[in-house]
Amino acid sequence: MKKTFRIGGVHPHDNKISAGAATEIFPPVETVYVSMAQHLGAPATPVVAVGDTVKAGQVIAEPAGFISGFVHSPVSGTVKKVEPRADIAGNMVPHVEIAVEGDEWAEGIDTTPDIIRDIPWTPEEIVEKVKKAGVVGLGGASFPTHVKLAPPKDKKAECVILNGTECEPYLTSDDRIMQERPEEILLGGVIMMKALGVDRCYVGIEENKPAAIAAMTKAAAAYSQVEIVTLKKRYPQGGEKQLIDAVIRRQVPSGALPIDTGAVVQNVGTALAVYEAVQKNRPLIDNVITVTGRCMPVQHNYKVRIGTPMSKILEVAGGLPADAAKVISGGPMMGRAVANLDAATVKANGAILVLTEKETRRRPESACIRCSKCASACPMGLEPWLLNKLSRAGGRFDELEQERVFDCIECGCCSFTCPAGIPLLDMIRPAKAEVLKILRSRPKKQ
Amino acid sequence: MTGTVLFTIATLVAIGLLFAVVLYIVAQKFKVEEDPRIAVVESILPGANCGGCGKAGCHAFAEGVVKADGMDGFFCPVGGNPVMSKVAEALGRAVEEKAPMVAAMRCNGSLANRARTNEYDGYASCKVMAALYSGDTGCRYGCLGKGDCEAACQFDAIHVNPTTGIAEVNEDKCTACGSCVKACPKGILELRAKGFKNRRVFVSCINRDKGAITRKACSVGCIGCGKCAKVCAFGAITVENNVAYIDFTKCKMCRKCVEECPTHAIHEVNFPPKPPKVEPKPVEKPHEENV
Repeated sequence: MKKTFRIGGVHPHDNKISAGAATEIFPPVETVYVSMAQHLGAPATPVVAVGDTVKAGQVIAEPAGFISGFVHSPVSGTVKKVEPRADIAGNMVPHVEIAVEGDEWAEGIDTTPDIIRDIPWTPEEIVEKVKKAGVVGLGGASFPTHVKLAPPKDKKAECVILNGTECEPYLTSDDRIMQERPEEILLGGVIMMKALGVDRCYVGIEENKPAAIAAMTKAAAAYSQVEIVTLKKRYPQGGEKQLIDAVIRRQVPSGALPIDTGAVVQNVGTALAVYEAVQKNRPLIDNVITVTGRCMPVQHNYKVRIGTPMSKILEVAGGLPADAAKVISGGPMMGRAVANLDAATVKANGAILVLTEKETRRRPESACIRCSKCASACPMGLEPWLLNKLSRAGGRFDELEQERVFDCIECGCCSFTCPAGIPLLDMIRPAKAEVLKILRSRPKKQ
Repeated sequence: MTGTVLFTIATLVAIGLLFAVVLYIVAQKFKVEEDPRIAVVESILPGANCGGCGKAGCHAFAEGVVKADGMDGFFCPVGGNPVMSKVAEALGRAVEEKAPMVAAMRCNGSLANRARTNEYDGYASCKVMAALYSGDTGCRYGCLGKGDCEAACQFDAIHVNPTTGIAEVNEDKCTACGSCVKACPKGILELRAKGFKNRRVFVSCINRDKGAITRKACSVGCIGCGKCAKVCAFGAITVENNVAYIDFTKCKMCRKCVEECPTHAIHEVNFPPKPPKVEPKPVEKPHEENV
């Protein structure tokens, strides 16, 4: 029997309609807008000034704290502006605007497609190279990868799990890179194993990607430490904690970190970025973005330089169809609706999904019928109906804390499954933010 | 037959009497001595249990004020000065008069003044909307118009106007309990002194973006130009983070700033219209509807 995680989960229709579209290199644009908030944590500090000439792969911003990261110029050209600009949610974030001129790369970057298999680096060198290349988790949370590759001294890593589940409907970018560049992904996994000093690497892939499983299995034949694990299709299997449970049958306790189970989970896209950073000196300046939707005439998987405006990508992909009602960055379950189409892509953007009015229509909300479907669907074992009730009551943060609202991974299974159409996650999200704020403001126990 | 009925009645009466005695003894033994003044004070309070005073309700307020030494830190915003003086009288204390307050709506980004850039189709709650993104206009500080303040108000004093799309305070009904101030995720509402003859001057904008960005998003936003601060003779206006703020404790209501403001972001409320002969400058249209 194929493996999967043990608690909760739902089965949305997978809609992988762009799985057959081979990755295309996105044509060059005139101007890119590079956000300084490409990663979780503090936004990076720009180190270029207006008028500077930059080359592709050159550092344009340095980390501003421990959980932060380097940002590199994705193109060669001239810096036009360094100023705040609206991101997809309309929030102002510092951006570096670069007018593109030619396509010159910074020195020392290997842009050839040759695969380099020899790994002469020490763990410290690997972590440093990954940090310098600005690699972040490409699964969506964009957590700086170098922090994950250097766990605290008292924690012991036992294995690396590469996340190729891509459990969100519609998304196919990970599927494509696993089909097209399997060996490079595995080398990325091997490099991370070396950095962490472990000798086991699993690659979790859901069963609905047979071509990717075949390609990865073929490539893994040469690597005895790597095991390809075929997983049952189930959302949210790509969640870090769910994947650990599915692959190595260990559950992350509430409040603990995944490293406490001995597993370090990295997305396959991150593994590819790590390979390029360490073996090719190539910083993370582009990523594969799925441009999809049932209303789109043609489905695409584009390799896009970061900082490209979404409106530009949609234009090249054939323009917005007349019946398009909503553009989502990411998948339909966890993705965010794009409020500002001129917003530029960031490292962790995995998809641009276009939906019609009919597809996005919400079910009318009615009263809770106490069916407890939300509690069965919650992969974190929470009781969404109760959290919803407490959140609506307002101010009952002590009870919300007792009910462990901070464990919510915002996967949306509860809202998806509710037969009464109650926007459970919508109500839980602000309550979670408030409780986390309260928890952070408490003095730390010595 | 009669014997059984009589026996039953007698037994029940006996049990009833026994329990009555037990309950009486217990009630006497474990009697909670409550200060009688608490009940007196509570009867003076409005009984809205709104929590505007910061206590859990009117009883908690009464308990607190009776136990405390003075009147410091206790003020019922709903009852205001008349109720507080009655409370002080009942307790034999003196109380200082406090200026009555009212909620001020510091956003004038109505549908006409502030263009919508996208359409929000999610759950109709400002709290939920604010957790998702900056809002359905170019301004990320302005009123979302989903009515969290309206839901929080117990006095029917604040409503979202469907034609303007923003909240409006009814100053006659507003008790300054502060529920709306707490409910607004954008921090737009503020409690300000009601002022002499209910006259007030305030900046109806909290946009902290630079002027150019603010102007693009909204035609009546504060662009932080600082003209008002320069014209103010009483040092009541400060411009910080690209937005002006009028300190109502210093403002003398000369209304020079209202005339000076290039975007009409400073509102005057309840002032009589200026006679044009005395004042040659163009008359500001009072934005009373948006107070």
